[in-house]
Amino acid sequence: MSLNDLLGGTSVYWMNIPADGRDIAISCRVRLARNISGIPFPHLLDTAKGIEIMESVKAAHEGADGLLLRSMHLFTFDQLDILDRQTLTEKHLCSPEHAASGERHRGIMLNEDKSLAVMINEEDHLRIQCLLPGLALKECHDLAQQLDDELEQTLDYAFDEVRGYLTACPTNVGTGMRASVMLHLPAAQMTGLINQLLQNVSQLGLAVRGLYGEGSEPVGNFYQISNQITLGQTEEDIYNYLQTIAEQIVEQEIQLRERLMAEMPYQLEDKIGRAYGILNNARLIGSDEAMRMLSLLRLGIDLKIIKGISIYALNQLMVAIRPAHLQKIGGHPMEALQRDVLRAEVIKQKLSCQEAD
Amino acid sequence: MLCEECKERTATVHVTQVFNGEKIESHLCEQCAYHKSSLLFDVNNQFSIPNFLGGMFSSIYKQEKLPDTRIQCPQCGMTIMDIKRLGKLGCSECYRVYEQEMEASLRRIHGNSKHSGKIPVRGGHKVMIKKQIESLKSQIQEAVREEKYELAAQIRDQVIELEKEIS
Repeated sequence: MSLNDLLGGTSVYWMNIPADGRDIAISCRVRLARNISGIPFPHLLDTAKGIEIMESVKAAHEGADGLLLRSMHLFTFDQLDILDRQTLTEKHLCSPEHAASGERHRGIMLNEDKSLAVMINEEDHLRIQCLLPGLALKECHDLAQQLDDELEQTLDYAFDEVRGYLTACPTNVGTGMRASVMLHLPAAQMTGLINQLLQNVSQLGLAVRGLYGEGSEPVGNFYQISNQITLGQTEEDIYNYLQTIAEQIVEQEIQLRERLMAEMPYQLEDKIGRAYGILNNARLIGSDEAMRMLSLLRLGIDLKIIKGISIYALNQLMVAIRPAHLQKIGGHPMEALQRDVLRAEVIKQKLSCQEAD
Repeated sequence: MLCEECKERTATVHVTQVFNGEKIESHLCEQCAYHKSSLLFDVNNQFSIPNFLGGMFSSIYKQEKLPDTRIQCPQCGMTIMDIKRLGKLGCSECYRVYEQEMEASLRRIHGNSKHSGKIPVRGGHKVMIKKQIESLKSQIQEAVREEKYELAAQIRDQVIELEKEIS
């Protein structure tokens, strides 16, 4: 895979239409934090020690027997400029903090369809992630653990029989596992039940965040829900619990959508139609407004009010309208106004292509 | 001084009570003191003086257990204050060096401090062997104490074999 293949386009595996065909559970992720034994955690590493880690990961990758590890491609961040690294973040493959620095001891491993990623020298030496469409946490978990096992064939992990996998931050120690699901909940928002729902989720010991995880505000009715506890429970317990709660939230959202359709069909069609109108006709559109309108369009597609546009295309659009992707399309750095113009164009073009199909 | 009550045994308990500004002193032997104010000295009463004192001692004891801020992790040099400031540990060794402090923090964060999930295939095997070596080493010491030198030598050979396996 060349750098262009890695960074070009907006297609990533998680964008595919999930098995249930609906738009509510967009994607799910399992992330494992791992460290190499005997070497300080990345926040204390000088470049020399950091390169030592990078070299041992490279060696593990090059000599890999495992199928998953062999299918991956490793890039160090000195090969990628800041815009390229930010596009990885916008595709949910890399954390914003990791993308911020272009040092050569930092980097990322990706497979062809980008369902698997390993961040190297982020907060921990390794952050292994599997990102799949829909609500398939077990599958996600199994793949991430398989890749973990393949890496462990050559790398000596920092593991303690009492504390489990040792991590830089004590909030990750134990399983080192963070499982999350991305949910789209417009009906819960429209019916005013969202705050109560999110409050309940927090009381169940789960964290609620925005589209881009830690530190991001929810926009466009997209919420990321994840486990907080990583120690004292098995991996299966953690993902089963999250899966069960996410399924219940999805079920509630479905019921609320049905109620909205039954009780206020005209208002709902009007709201969705107006959003479609703005997306098709705006000359300038900011990122937040675009996300809110795309959220309504998603709902319209799911409720069959809007036809001829796929959820897959909308998933691509959600990424393509982010600042770094727009600047990649534009071919140069852009001010906010220029981005708003290009964003409106990109949306119009994508929607008209879909309609033509 | 004889006990004011029984006037037989030596007074070993000296009680000073103040009622409405008036000071009353009594000098009693242990038995009479116990009978006179059994509630005050009864160790089964959780508000009794010995128990309060015990509580005070244990709080002093707790203060002695405050982290020693001079200790540094031998591998990465982080002190407990560094860890508190950054919210991060420096290396895997920190978990061992600051085990007690971590025990409390982990309970607060996770409601638990013991891992019950995955064990790495290769690393887990190593951990098991290390445990086995530790147990064999204590067996050697025991054998030596009992002057069973031949047995000690046999166990030592086993340790050497196991150490080879994980090196």
